[in-house]
Amino acid sequence: MSPFKISWRNIWSKPLNAALNILLIAFGTGILTVLLLASTQIEDKLAKNSKDIDLVVGAKGSPLQLILSSIYYIDFPTGNIPMKEAKKLMHSPFVKRAVPLALGDNYNGVRIVGTDSNYISLYGLKTQSGTFWKADLEATIGANVAKEQNLKVGDTFFGGHGLTEMKDEHKDHAYKVVGILAPQQNVTDNLILTAIGSVWKMHGDEGEAHEEGHDHAAEADHSPDEDREFTSLLIQYRSPMAVAMFPQMVNQTTNMQAASPAQESTRLFSLIGVGVDTLQWFAILIMLIAAISVFVNLYNSLKERSYDLAIMRTLGASKGKLFSLIILEGLILTLIGTIIGIALGHGILQLISNYQESSQAKMNGLIFIKEEIYLLVAGLAIGIVAAVIPAIQAYRSNISKILAKN
Amino acid sequence: MISIQSVSHQYTSGHELQFADWQVNNGEQWLLLGQSGSGKTTLLHILTGLLKPSNGKVKIGETDLYSLSSKKLDAFRGQQIGIVFQKPHLIKSLNITENLLLAQSFAGLPNNKKRAEEVLDSLNMLAKKNAYPQELSQGQLQRVTIARAVINKPTLLIADEPTSSLDDQNAEAVLTLLKEQSALNQATLVVATHDKRVKDAFTLTYTLS
Repeated sequence: MSPFKISWRNIWSKPLNAALNILLIAFGTGILTVLLLASTQIEDKLAKNSKDIDLVVGAKGSPLQLILSSIYYIDFPTGNIPMKEAKKLMHSPFVKRAVPLALGDNYNGVRIVGTDSNYISLYGLKTQSGTFWKADLEATIGANVAKEQNLKVGDTFFGGHGLTEMKDEHKDHAYKVVGILAPQQNVTDNLILTAIGSVWKMHGDEGEAHEEGHDHAAEADHSPDEDREFTSLLIQYRSPMAVAMFPQMVNQTTNMQAASPAQESTRLFSLIGVGVDTLQWFAILIMLIAAISVFVNLYNSLKERSYDLAIMRTLGASKGKLFSLIILEGLILTLIGTIIGIALGHGILQLISNYQESSQAKMNGLIFIKEEIYLLVAGLAIGIVAAVIPAIQAYRSNISKILAKN
Repeated sequence: MISIQSVSHQYTSGHELQFADWQVNNGEQWLLLGQSGSGKTTLLHILTGLLKPSNGKVKIGETDLYSLSSKKLDAFRGQQIGIVFQKPHLIKSLNITENLLLAQSFAGLPNNKKRAEEVLDSLNMLAKKNAYPQELSQGQLQRVTIARAVINKPTLLIADEPTSSLDDQNAEAVLTLLKEQSALNQATLVVATHDKRVKDAFTLTYTLS
């Protein structure tokens, strides 16, 4: 008869009490697990995707919206900026690298991003098959896009106007998949990348689009730089000094706005953070209630069991043995609760991610992180704390008195 | 086997109880007589190491009981002394066999199922070895507690009012079993009682006034 077996059997001699305790702990731990996983994954995604991007320049509007649309591909763009103005900024001495973006189209909800080769080096992209886009209407697609949309190198597809639905398909121009990106674990997994000219072409800023015979130079003549537009610019600074000067310059001297991903992400996170904090306190409250419930359970059962424990002493069990039996009961209850809770948390997150529409912010319930160890440790600590007073009482109980009473 | 010398116990109320010196030899069967409230249970607790007397010396075999550390005393009790209480009390969450194995574990001895079955068999309780305590009658439970008391082959078997909650027939049977079992396991037997039905079964008596 191992101590574990004795404790285990005693716990389950009152299945409803045990189940209630386990349920409370599992609930608390479950919520904490979801919060922990979700906030880690979101933070991670925010950080990964804005890595190496110091500033985003776009049309005036909400800076958060500009960041969301140009870095995380979640919100709608703020508008367009004239290419002529943008080019000036791109050649500024503060700027090490500037990547133009042209957004506005999608394929089955996947955003089509018109850009140039600087984008490849900015995100450090690699292809798993095929090549990067070179000419207009060539597309290199993200790893998830290839999987989910069932596209292979050589396939063609039509883009649709807008960012979410396939309305107003651009039937005149078909994209051709020339390459598939290796999984990057960032936004590019869920994007279709193409040359910036493709997007211009779609939007018919050149009347000759229908006349297939024309060469590109001729087309360019017909649509002078003046009329062309970008959606935004992703900018990497040349020196830290630019942090102070460049955004101010953009905001004050041009008709565009500059937004810093770091600042806006922090702002966004502090907005979400209020909700996360509230939930966290709620979960901690549940854990506290769980701890009290385990304590009450052990304490009450101790009263009923005082004679049991006295008998155990007459059978040779030492005071320390009784102490450890009670602690063990607390530990078993909370350990089961914590493990179920962590599993529950992962399950819930996976369920949430199944219903998530935005592929960019998609979370994954199957990822385990080492911080979960702390949840396990916290669960065990609660078990010990809840059990320690009843255990001390068991340790101190005067068996001669208990036995004489009956 | 047992020797107590100038033992006295002071109750929290201040009342002090003096016990006459007592010498019990190996294998003897004694009756401890006295009205309720005369200190029978107190003396039994002193003998079994559950209650430290305020004065005097208690020896079981060659061991001076209260010179042992608390932990050693518990282990000594588990291995050397078997106790049967007035009310049979078993651990409800464990079945009969497990209750017996529990006594082996707490005494620090390896679990021996064969020994448990052998003892149950000698008490005619083998059929109930997988039953739970709440399925048994008072008389059956008392048999199991006797089994639990002798499973570790103690040198001393002590029973505190083992018959008072039983009818004549069961009282007789339990008494016979106690005597049989102590003889079978070569244990010294002390039965404390105020039950007149028990008196005739013993020749040696220690009376508390």
